[in-house]
Amino acid sequence: MSKLFSAKTKEVFLGPLSKNNPIGVQVLGICSALAVTAKLEPAIVMGLSVTIIVAFSNVIISLLRNTIPNRIRIIVQLVVVAALVTVVSEFLKAFAYDVSVQLSVYIGLIITNCILMGRLEAFAMSNKPWESFVDGLGNGFGYAVVLIIVAFFRELLGSGTLYGIRIIPQAVYDAGYMNNGLMLMPPMALIILACVIWIHRAKNKDLQEK
Amino acid sequence: MDTNKNSYTIIYATIMVVIVALMLAFVSGALKDKQTTNVKLDKKKQILTSLNINLAGQDAEALYDKIITGGLVINSKAEVLSNSKEKAFEIDINKELAKPLEKRELPVYIASIDGKTKYIVSLRGAGLWGPIWGYLALNDDKNTVYGAFFSHASETPGLGAEIAQKGFQSEFIGKKIMNSENKFVSIAVVKNGQTAEGMDYVDGISGGTITSKGVDAMLMNCIGQYETFLQQPSITGGVQK
Repeated sequence: MSKLFSAKTKEVFLGPLSKNNPIGVQVLGICSALAVTAKLEPAIVMGLSVTIIVAFSNVIISLLRNTIPNRIRIIVQLVVVAALVTVVSEFLKAFAYDVSVQLSVYIGLIITNCILMGRLEAFAMSNKPWESFVDGLGNGFGYAVVLIIVAFFRELLGSGTLYGIRIIPQAVYDAGYMNNGLMLMPPMALIILACVIWIHRAKNKDLQEK
Repeated sequence: MDTNKNSYTIIYATIMVVIVALMLAFVSGALKDKQTTNVKLDKKKQILTSLNINLAGQDAEALYDKIITGGLVINSKAEVLSNSKEKAFEIDINKELAKPLEKRELPVYIASIDGKTKYIVSLRGAGLWGPIWGYLALNDDKNTVYGAFFSHASETPGLGAEIAQKGFQSEFIGKKIMNSENKFVSIAVVKNGQTAEGMDYVDGISGGTITSKGVDAMLMNCIGQYETFLQQPSITGGVQK
């Protein structure tokens, strides 16, 4: 076990959760952070799906890393990602049909998530399978956490619900409160995301540029 | 080995593509049956939902067999082509809509709720990003809406996607699709606060204007196909061939 969770592996796993967060610090995967965060449920499923796909495509690419011809490496990575996404989508259709209907296009769009290509190119191509797997998990969770934070505020303020359950009581609406429709628009995801990054940087002074 | 050689690159790419293709074909083939069952079960759930039935914790399959007592396949002139429940279920409305109006085979599902007959018609149209569809259940006067169900492939969550919510669907209950002269006028989906002349209307979705218009057009086009059938109270799906 000590070998499995050496100091380096731990850093590989924990880094993306905060100091090296794919969305907050590397500013990757913004596109899907805008698209799927209007409600909490798709954000969570999206976060999980991306985590699974990043982790396994990292392992596959890491196993193949010494055989991949340099000139077509991006294509190879893309094929691996696309194949995994298709498999995940087929499995959802067969075993969790309701969820797959809800997520509809989002699952297919994981292919275009910059985090995937970023991790494959930057990490899996030059690291061993186990580290790559942990790196994939770390980045997937780092991505999921930000998605869930943004979705939390957007669903609460935009629809008055969380995970589809009404949180803001009817009495508050009767008193004149209204859902903020702007929260459901993509621009608000950017603004909330910016706030998250702002707070994150204020807490971690070493992330601030001089 | 020199992994930069042209021959190596080409062979590598070929083998990779073949392996991936085989794998995907295998996964798709292995899961096909399960997916088809899911799609069919989902269709049954959608039809039942249009009858205001809460499916939570219920066996939709058994419930469908119990509540849906019959089915009709008709054409736009209201001629009954088949009165088999299974045949009506098999019809893919999307394929039918691609045919010219006279050649379309339209499904009607007949349900019995508390001894009263309900007619369910199939709807399909276009939203903002992709297809939208639904089922509309009518009372035995073939005019008053008993319940409605809408769903969509890829409308914006929180905006257009709200058509799939109970709140929007329940607005349709009790609306009439015919005007006072028994002429088909459909039900309008209008912007909040606006009204529609000479027909029943429901409020559309704020921020989901194009999807709301899509629902409006879908109701007009799809129920319109059934117009002759809906105006003839005598065709009940019982005995006519």
